[in-house]
Amino acid sequence: MKVHVHVSLKPGVLDPQGRAIHHALEGLGFTGVNDVRAGRLIELDVDDAVSDAALEEMCSKLLANMVIENFRIEKVGEKETA
Amino acid sequence: MGFRAAVITFPGSNCDRDMAVAIETVAGVAPLRVWHGDADLPDQLDFIALPGGFSYGDYLRSGAMAARSPVMQSVVKAAQRGVPVLGVCNGFQVLTEAGLLPGALMRNAGQNFICRNVALNVINNQSLFTSAYDAGQQISIPVAHHDGNYYANDTVLDQLEGEGRVVLRYAENVNGSRRDIAGIINEAGNVLGMMPHPERAIEHVHGGADGRALFESAVRSAVVSA
Repeated sequence: MKVHVHVSLKPGVLDPQGRAIHHALEGLGFTGVNDVRAGRLIELDVDDAVSDAALEEMCSKLLANMVIENFRIEKVGEKETA
Repeated sequence: MGFRAAVITFPGSNCDRDMAVAIETVAGVAPLRVWHGDADLPDQLDFIALPGGFSYGDYLRSGAMAARSPVMQSVVKAAQRGVPVLGVCNGFQVLTEAGLLPGALMRNAGQNFICRNVALNVINNQSLFTSAYDAGQQISIPVAHHDGNYYANDTVLDQLEGEGRVVLRYAENVNGSRRDIAGIINEAGNVLGMMPHPERAIEHVHGGADGRALFESAVRSAVVSA
Protein backbone atom coordinates (compact mmCIF):
# COMPACT_ATOMS: atom_id res chain seq x y z
CA MET A 1 0.00 0.00 0.00
CA LYS A 2 1.27 3.45 -0.92
CA VAL A 3 0.82 6.09 1.71
CA HIS A 4 1.50 9.79 1.37
CA VAL A 5 2.23 11.68 4.54
CA HIS A 6 1.76 15.42 4.14
CA VAL A 7 3.65 17.39 6.77
CA SER A 8 2.85 21.08 7.10
CA LEU A 9 3.60 23.83 9.57
CA LYS A 10 0.88 24.55 12.09
CA PRO A 11 -1.19 27.66 11.47
CA GLY A 12 0.41 30.61 13.23
CA VAL A 13 3.94 29.23 12.98
CA LEU A 14 6.00 31.59 10.85
CA ASP A 15 7.28 29.98 7.67
CA PRO A 16 10.39 31.82 6.43
CA GLN A 17 10.74 29.38 3.54
CA GLY A 18 7.18 29.94 2.38
CA ARG A 19 7.68 33.68 2.60
CA ALA A 20 10.83 33.49 0.47
CA ILE A 21 8.98 31.43 -2.15
CA HIS A 22 6.17 33.97 -2.08
CA HIS A 23 8.63 36.80 -2.74
CA ALA A 24 10.24 34.80 -5.55
CA LEU A 25 6.86 34.23 -7.21
CA GLU A 26 6.14 37.96 -7.02
CA GLY A 27 9.61 38.60 -8.42
CA LEU A 28 8.70 36.45 -11.43
CA GLY A 29 5.70 38.66 -12.01
CA PHE A 30 2.95 36.35 -10.72
CA THR A 31 0.18 38.29 -9.03
CA GLY A 32 -2.70 37.26 -6.81
CA VAL A 33 -0.73 34.88 -4.62
CA ASN A 34 -1.97 35.64 -1.12
CA ASP A 35 0.18 33.30 0.93
CA VAL A 36 2.65 30.44 0.54
CA ARG A 37 3.32 27.72 3.09
CA ALA A 38 6.01 25.12 2.36
CA GLY A 39 5.60 21.60 3.65
CA ARG A 40 6.97 18.16 3.02
CA LEU A 41 5.61 15.06 1.31
CA ILE A 42 6.85 11.67 2.48
CA GLU A 43 5.92 8.63 0.41
CA LEU A 44 5.74 5.31 2.19
CA ASP A 45 5.28 1.87 0.73
CA VAL A 46 3.95 -0.29 3.54
CA ASP A 47 2.48 -3.75 3.97
CA ASP A 48 -1.30 -3.83 3.88
CA ALA A 49 -1.18 -5.26 7.38
CA VAL A 50 0.19 -2.01 8.80
CA SER A 51 -2.55 -0.48 10.90
CA ASP A 52 -3.79 3.09 10.84
CA ALA A 53 -2.69 3.42 14.44
CA ALA A 54 0.86 2.42 13.49
CA LEU A 55 0.88 4.96 10.67
CA GLU A 56 -0.29 7.67 13.05
CA GLU A 57 2.46 6.71 15.46
CA MET A 58 5.12 6.86 12.73
CA CYS A 59 3.99 10.39 11.99
CA SER A 60 3.83 11.66 15.55
CA LYS A 61 7.06 9.97 16.66
CA LEU A 62 9.27 10.85 13.73
CA LEU A 63 7.86 12.14 10.47
CA ALA A 64 6.37 15.30 11.95
CA ASN A 65 7.56 17.45 14.84
CA MET A 66 4.31 17.94 16.70
CA VAL A 67 5.58 21.16 18.31
CA ILE A 68 5.48 23.00 14.98
CA GLU A 69 3.95 20.66 12.42
CA ASN A 70 0.73 18.87 11.55
CA PHE A 71 0.45 15.78 9.39
CA ARG A 72 -2.18 14.28 7.14
CA ILE A 73 -2.11 10.64 6.07
CA GLU A 74 -3.37 9.86 2.60
CA LYS A 75 -3.64 6.31 1.28
CA VAL A 76 -3.05 6.55 -2.44
CA GLY A 77 -3.72 3.00 -3.54
CA GLU A 78 -3.00 -0.64 -3.04
CA LYS A 79 0.40 -2.05 -3.91
CA GLU A 80 0.44 -3.34 -7.48
CA THR A 81 0.60 -7.10 -7.72
CA ALA A 82 2.57 -8.82 -10.45
CA MET B 1 38.71 12.58 41.25
CA GLY B 2 38.63 14.41 37.90
CA PHE B 3 35.78 15.81 35.90
CA ARG B 4 34.29 12.85 34.07
CA ALA B 5 32.67 14.14 30.90
CA ALA B 6 31.51 12.55 27.66
CA VAL B 7 31.23 14.15 24.24
CA ILE B 8 28.83 12.39 21.88
CA THR B 9 29.71 12.23 18.20
CA PHE B 10 27.03 11.66 15.58
CA PRO B 11 27.74 11.14 11.90
CA GLY B 12 27.98 14.74 10.71
CA SER B 13 28.97 16.28 14.04
CA ASN B 14 31.74 18.77 13.40
CA CYS B 15 32.23 20.60 16.69
CA ASP B 16 32.90 17.51 18.76
CA ARG B 17 36.65 18.03 18.82
CA ASP B 18 36.31 21.70 19.75
CA MET B 19 33.95 20.68 22.53
CA ALA B 20 36.38 18.05 23.80
CA VAL B 21 39.29 20.50 23.75
CA ALA B 22 37.23 23.15 25.55
CA ILE B 23 36.29 20.70 28.30
CA GLU B 24 39.86 19.48 28.66
CA THR B 25 41.21 23.04 28.74
CA VAL B 26 38.88 24.08 31.54
CA ALA B 27 38.57 20.83 33.50
CA GLY B 28 42.11 19.59 33.04
CA VAL B 29 40.86 16.14 32.08
CA ALA B 30 40.10 14.94 28.57
CA PRO B 31 36.46 13.90 28.15
CA LEU B 32 35.48 10.43 26.97
CA ARG B 33 34.37 10.23 23.37
CA VAL B 34 31.17 8.33 22.65
CA TRP B 35 29.92 7.26 19.23
CA HIS B 36 26.22 7.60 18.37
CA GLY B 37 25.79 3.87 17.84
CA ASP B 38 26.93 3.01 21.36
CA ALA B 39 23.88 2.01 23.31
CA ASP B 40 25.52 2.58 26.68
CA LEU B 41 27.21 5.62 28.13
CA PRO B 42 30.23 5.34 30.44
CA ASP B 43 29.26 5.13 34.13
CA GLN B 44 29.43 7.92 36.70
CA LEU B 45 29.44 10.83 34.27
CA ASP B 46 29.65 14.39 35.59
CA PHE B 47 28.73 15.95 32.27
CA ILE B 48 27.48 15.05 28.79
CA ALA B 49 27.97 17.32 25.78
CA LEU B 50 26.08 17.13 22.50
CA PRO B 51 28.17 19.08 19.99
CA GLY B 52 27.30 21.20 16.98
CA GLY B 53 27.34 20.07 13.40
CA PHE B 54 24.94 18.58 10.91
CA SER B 55 24.13 15.19 12.36
CA TYR B 56 22.80 12.82 9.71
CA GLY B 57 23.02 15.65 7.19
CA ASP B 58 20.06 17.39 8.87
CA TYR B 59 17.83 14.87 7.10
CA LEU B 60 14.11 15.22 7.82
CA ARG B 61 14.70 18.03 10.37
CA SER B 62 17.83 19.26 12.15
CA GLY B 63 18.56 16.86 14.98
CA ALA B 64 15.62 14.58 14.19
CA MET B 65 17.60 11.49 13.28
CA ALA B 66 20.22 11.93 16.00
CA ALA B 67 17.48 12.24 18.61
CA ARG B 68 16.36 8.69 17.72
CA SER B 69 19.87 7.15 17.67
CA PRO B 70 20.77 4.42 20.19
CA VAL B 71 22.98 6.61 22.37
CA MET B 72 20.23 9.18 22.87
CA GLN B 73 18.10 6.68 24.79
CA SER B 74 20.94 6.54 27.30
CA VAL B 75 21.39 10.31 27.29
CA VAL B 76 17.68 10.77 28.06
CA LYS B 77 17.94 8.33 30.97
CA ALA B 78 21.08 10.02 32.28
CA ALA B 79 19.40 13.43 32.04
CA GLN B 80 16.43 12.09 33.97
CA ARG B 81 18.84 10.90 36.69
CA GLY B 82 20.18 14.44 36.92
CA VAL B 83 23.43 14.23 34.95
CA PRO B 84 24.19 17.68 33.47
CA VAL B 85 23.69 17.72 29.69
CA LEU B 86 24.82 20.58 27.44
CA GLY B 87 23.58 20.73 23.85
CA VAL B 88 25.16 23.35 21.62
CA CYS B 89 23.72 24.32 18.24
CA ASN B 90 22.89 20.99 16.58
CA GLY B 91 23.06 19.58 20.13
CA PHE B 92 20.25 21.98 21.13
CA GLN B 93 18.24 20.83 18.11
CA VAL B 94 18.79 17.22 19.18
CA LEU B 95 17.64 18.00 22.75
CA THR B 96 14.37 19.51 21.53
CA GLU B 97 13.79 16.66 19.08
CA ALA B 98 14.45 14.17 21.89
CA GLY B 99 11.91 15.91 24.11
CA LEU B 100 14.44 16.88 26.79
CA LEU B 101 13.73 20.56 26.11
CA PRO B 102 10.50 22.17 24.89
CA GLY B 103 10.04 23.96 21.58
CA ALA B 104 11.74 23.61 18.23
CA LEU B 105 14.47 25.30 16.20
CA MET B 106 13.29 26.45 12.83
CA ARG B 107 14.96 27.96 9.78
CA ASN B 108 16.40 31.42 10.55
CA ALA B 109 13.86 34.14 9.87
CA GLY B 110 16.19 35.75 7.33
CA GLN B 111 16.79 32.41 5.57
CA ASN B 112 20.56 32.89 5.80
CA PHE B 113 23.19 30.84 7.54
CA ILE B 114 24.60 33.15 10.22
CA CYS B 115 28.20 32.80 11.31
CA ARG B 116 29.54 35.57 13.55
CA ASN B 117 29.93 36.75 17.12
CA VAL B 118 26.71 37.83 18.79
CA ALA B 119 26.08 39.64 22.06
CA LEU B 120 24.12 37.64 24.61
CA ASN B 121 22.64 38.60 27.95
CA VAL B 122 22.98 36.14 30.82
CA ILE B 123 19.43 36.17 32.17
CA ASN B 124 19.83 33.45 34.78
CA ASN B 125 23.20 33.04 36.47
CA GLN B 126 21.86 30.61 39.07
CA SER B 127 22.00 27.58 36.77
CA LEU B 128 24.76 25.01 37.06
CA PHE B 129 25.96 26.11 33.62
CA THR B 130 26.04 29.86 34.27
CA SER B 131 26.99 30.37 37.91
CA ALA B 132 30.40 31.80 36.99
CA TYR B 133 28.75 34.67 35.10
CA ASP B 134 27.34 37.80 36.69
CA ALA B 135 23.59 38.35 36.57
CA GLY B 136 22.73 40.42 33.53
CA GLN B 137 26.29 40.15 32.20
CA GLN B 138 26.61 40.74 28.49
CA ILE B 139 28.89 38.28 26.73
CA SER B 140 29.99 37.72 23.15
CA ILE B 141 29.90 34.20 21.72
CA PRO B 142 29.92 33.02 18.10
CA VAL B 143 26.86 31.56 16.41
CA ALA B 144 27.01 29.43 13.28
CA HIS B 145 23.65 28.08 12.25
CA HIS B 146 20.90 27.95 9.67
CA ASP B 147 18.18 26.60 11.94
CA GLY B 148 18.41 28.60 15.16
CA ASN B 149 15.05 30.30 15.18
CA TYR B 150 13.59 29.18 18.51
CA TYR B 151 9.87 28.54 18.49
CA ALA B 152 7.48 27.54 21.24
CA ASN B 153 3.88 28.55 21.82
CA ASP B 154 3.01 31.42 24.19
CA THR B 155 2.05 29.10 27.04
CA VAL B 156 5.41 27.36 26.92
CA LEU B 157 7.28 30.66 26.58
CA ASP B 158 5.44 32.16 29.57
CA GLN B 159 6.26 29.06 31.59
CA LEU B 160 9.95 29.17 30.60
CA GLU B 161 10.19 32.83 31.57
CA GLY B 162 8.18 32.39 34.77
CA GLU B 163 10.42 29.58 35.94
CA GLY B 164 13.68 31.36 35.12
CA ARG B 165 14.48 28.82 32.45
CA VAL B 166 15.45 31.33 29.79
CA VAL B 167 19.16 31.40 30.59
CA LEU B 168 20.52 33.32 27.61
CA ARG B 169 18.94 35.90 25.34
CA TYR B 170 20.26 37.52 22.19
CA ALA B 171 21.05 41.20 22.74
CA GLU B 172 20.31 41.49 19.01
CA ASN B 173 17.88 38.95 17.64
CA VAL B 174 19.85 37.48 14.74
CA ASN B 175 17.58 34.62 13.73
CA GLY B 176 13.98 35.46 14.63
CA SER B 177 13.90 33.45 17.86
CA ARG B 178 10.78 34.12 19.87
CA ARG B 179 11.45 36.43 22.81
CA ASP B 180 15.14 36.59 21.81
CA ILE B 181 15.77 33.15 23.31
CA ALA B 182 19.29 31.81 22.79
CA GLY B 183 19.43 29.19 25.53
CA ILE B 184 17.02 27.40 27.88
CA ILE B 185 17.22 24.83 30.65
CA ASN B 186 14.85 22.02 31.55
CA GLU B 187 12.61 22.05 34.60
CA ALA B 188 15.19 20.26 36.78
CA GLY B 189 17.91 22.65 35.62
CA ASN B 190 20.40 20.00 34.51
CA VAL B 191 19.86 20.23 30.74
CA LEU B 192 20.92 23.35 28.82
CA GLY B 193 20.37 23.86 25.12
CA MET B 194 21.87 26.90 23.39
CA MET B 195 22.53 27.90 19.80
CA PRO B 196 25.73 29.96 20.36
CA HIS B 197 29.01 28.07 20.61
CA PRO B 198 30.75 28.59 23.99
CA GLU B 199 33.40 26.02 23.03
CA ARG B 200 34.57 28.42 20.32
CA ALA B 201 35.27 31.16 22.86
CA ILE B 202 37.63 29.61 25.38
CA GLU B 203 40.93 31.40 24.78
CA HIS B 204 41.71 34.94 23.69
CA VAL B 205 43.26 33.70 20.45
CA HIS B 206 39.72 32.62 19.52
CA GLY B 207 38.74 36.28 19.50
CA GLY B 208 37.13 36.10 22.92
CA ALA B 209 36.95 33.86 25.96
CA ASP B 210 33.41 34.48 27.16
CA GLY B 211 32.47 30.82 26.74
CA ARG B 212 34.97 29.68 29.30
CA ALA B 213 32.85 30.59 32.33
CA LEU B 214 30.12 28.23 31.14
CA PHE B 215 32.47 25.26 31.42
CA GLU B 216 33.93 26.62 34.66
CA SER B 217 30.42 26.74 36.08
CA ALA B 218 29.79 23.10 35.17
CA VAL B 219 33.10 21.94 36.57
CA ARG B 220 32.57 23.90 39.79
CA SER B 221 29.08 22.46 40.16
CA ALA B 222 30.42 18.90 39.74
CA VAL B 223 33.01 19.49 42.46
CA VAL B 224 30.42 20.91 44.85
CA SER B 225 28.00 18.03 44.31
CA ALA B 226 30.72 15.32 44.52
